[in-house]
Amino acid sequence: MRQSNFRLLRIIISILFFIPTTYILIDFYGLVPGDVKKWILFLQFTPSVLNFITIGTLSITGFIIILALTFLFGRVYCSSVCPLGVLQDIINYFSKKIKKRKKKFIFVKENKLLRYSLLALTIIPIFFGINTFLVLLDPYSLYGRIAGNFALPILAFSNNGVAYILEQFNNYSVYPHDIQKFNIVPFAIVFSFFGLIAYLSFKHGRLYCNTICPVGTLLGIISKYSLFKIRIKEEECLSCGACARDCKAECIDSRTKIIDTSRCIACFDCIPSCPTEGITFSLKSSASSSDDSINNSKRNFLTKTSIYLLSLSAIGASVQKKIKITKPSTIPVFKENAVSPPGSFSLDKFNGKCTACHLCVTACPTQVLQPSFLEYGFTGMLQPHLDNSAGYCNFDCTICSDVCPTGAIIPITRNDKHLAQIGIAKFIKENCVVHTQKTDCGACSEHCPTKAVHMIPYEVKGLVIPEVREEYCIGCGACEFACPTIPYKSIYIEGNSIHKTAKKNVEEKKLEKVNMDEDFPF
Amino acid sequence: MKRRDFLKSTGIIAGAGVVIPGVYGSVYAKTSYINNSFDLVAIKGGEPDAMFDESIKQLGGMSSFVKKNQTVVIKPNIGWDASPERGANTHPKLVKRVIEQCYNAGAKEVYVFDHTCDDWRKCYTNSGIEKAVSDAKGKMVPGNSESYYQDVEIKAGKSLKKAKVHELILQSDVFINIPILKNHGSTKVSLSMKNLMGAVWDRRFWHSNDLSQCIADYAAFNKKPSLNIVDGYYVMKRNGPRGVSVDDVVLMKSQILSTDIVSADSASAKIFGVEPSDISHIKIANSMGLGKMDLNSLNIKRITL
Ligand code: SF4
Ligand code: SF4
Repeated sequence: MRQSNFRLLRIIISILFFIPTTYILIDFYGLVPGDVKKWILFLQFTPSVLNFITIGTLSITGFIIILALTFLFGRVYCSSVCPLGVLQDIINYFSKKIKKRKKKFIFVKENKLLRYSLLALTIIPIFFGINTFLVLLDPYSLYGRIAGNFALPILAFSNNGVAYILEQFNNYSVYPHDIQKFNIVPFAIVFSFFGLIAYLSFKHGRLYCNTICPVGTLLGIISKYSLFKIRIKEEECLSCGACARDCKAECIDSRTKIIDTSRCIACFDCIPSCPTEGITFSLKSSASSSDDSINNSKRNFLTKTSIYLLSLSAIGASVQKKIKITKPSTIPVFKENAVSPPGSFSLDKFNGKCTACHLCVTACPTQVLQPSFLEYGFTGMLQPHLDNSAGYCNFDCTICSDVCPTGAIIPITRNDKHLAQIGIAKFIKENCVVHTQKTDCGACSEHCPTKAVHMIPYEVKGLVIPEVREEYCIGCGACEFACPTIPYKSIYIEGNSIHKTAKKNVEEKKLEKVNMDEDFPF
Repeated sequence: MKRRDFLKSTGIIAGAGVVIPGVYGSVYAKTSYINNSFDLVAIKGGEPDAMFDESIKQLGGMSSFVKKNQTVVIKPNIGWDASPERGANTHPKLVKRVIEQCYNAGAKEVYVFDHTCDDWRKCYTNSGIEKAVSDAKGKMVPGNSESYYQDVEIKAGKSLKKAKVHELILQSDVFINIPILKNHGSTKVSLSMKNLMGAVWDRRFWHSNDLSQCIADYAAFNKKPSLNIVDGYYVMKRNGPRGVSVDDVVLMKSQILSTDIVSADSASAKIFGVEPSDISHIKIANSMGLGKMDLNSLNIKRITL
């Protein structure tokens, strides 16, 4: 193949990754099965690494393949596989259309301190079970949130339009997708990041990837040593600077004829731009640029990081204690712990692995999974929690565990899920309709799949009031969701910081068969 | 004016999610063309579909309820993500046969829906009702979006004066109610009147404003079921309305048919083994004059297959 076609090839491959990845991130229809979703995300770097740390199956090879490819060809992950990278290319493409004159880039010096600080801030805390920076900066997860917050509403809106039109003809084959809840703070965070990335790519191509993105920086280190590299052929080069003007990574210095390979994303845009074929993608030559300054800056920010980390976890811990879910009234509800999905085993494990890509949030059929704000504390921001004001965890459903690509939610069988106690229902009698109004209610008991909440006689004759048998409760939140009292629920779920196993409700024997020969009782 | 005409005439084209309040109110079909001598049919000993074939005959056949080219809406209980043997949802065989009979009587279209409690897609499939409906060429319609529900007034209601009712109930010519007979945690039994909680959007209001009174109040809403068919085939005797396992269920193979919703519930309560006068909502509905609780005053046809 001619080298000038590399660019086209890269574009084709990136589209082949981008479209399915985007679709599964907004697939509220549940059209794509969980394991297919996992295969589509197979090569996504961060989920694959995290999954490897957790269960070490299937997804091991994903990031190893990426590492190997990077060692061979440089940051092809960034130019083809990473959905956030492709999104930036798309924005960049439109910025060219919008701006009258042809978009031009210029060489920019590397901001080493920033790059490597952010990389360290991302990686080191993971060993302490904190992945705040990973959650915020990981490109796949960032893209997942952008898709969930911006592309999904577009899909939902179009879907609802079609549903509405069909409904006028009494055709109900398309149903409306109601978005249960709008979480303002998580949305604002996603919106700011989207804004930042859009701005950076509009102005500077892949500045996010080259300066902020921890995956980009990590792969950049490897790509310094990659076998194939973009290089300038001294003898052909006219020093015209055409390549630099087309380099969206802004890493070609045509004046000194040096390419900063750690920032090159292997997009091949420069190859066709050169009038003399003076730029090629070729095997490594023995000479490579040296970089001594790294070591110093590395040492520097390691110290800084550890100081920062200490303060960070202190903030997190203090926030975690005083989370208030609702506003004041008769008996306000205080939840000490948020509830993490079944299959996540404990808040710590979950918070340490989840990158908040929100794949499970869109896939959750009851929409009980919502992005958190401070429910998990500062360090778990944006990670999904079970929000029983939006829904509850359907007894037989295991979808989130089927789709989670990072191993934050480990696949769980339906039988295990039936006993996975993610939290425990707490009953506040003083808020309960039966107590305050002396009328029937029992919505909680009605919805409880294990009958952990059952109704027992109340002081007033003929009335029954809920009682929670904690050992049977799995914390699904059906009771809390159904409870009609406002503003505070009379029954709510307190999360289990370490998930437990509920007892199976088998106290009752099978009922006797009835005698069919008896007469009608009337 | 129908909702869609209203929308056309005002030129509103918007995504679903738009709610046009109060355009119904007075649009409902008169459905009192029953020309039989029985007030209630009680049958037992057969399969759900066979029992229905026999019991509907006693009321003059389906054609005394459904006329040519009418549209029918059927409201079974599909509230829970559970298989038929769990007795949480109406038996799919019964739903299927009712649809078939409607088409035999000349129905133009038969719609089936429920505002479910569990995830509606799972309820529809796992109850077996979605398949039964499509086998019988009926139309399964979602009920879990507020956009399908219209504001209505219930003039005679005491606690429940307003509700949001699924548009199909308001639009269709004939409305058939097919509850399942089962235990219920707070109302003791769940029957025809209770089943209609799945026809409205905001159920929480009922729970927090005297549930039993609200159940009775809704029976006073003027678009009433033309026929109530209580499915007593698999009967959940405890842990209702959701049930924990098949152990909660006994096989009773029975069915009750009546145009009088209070009588239907009264007889079904007896079959279940409780006194109708012990069930608050039956007693309230009786005293509001919405139907007859006293079975002795009824002309009942009893059949054993
Ligand atoms: S008591 Fe509430 S949280 Fe516990 S299992 Fe029952 S419905 Fe779920
Ligand atoms: S749902 Fe709430 S108000 Fe109703 S009985 Fe249960 S706790 Fe009380």
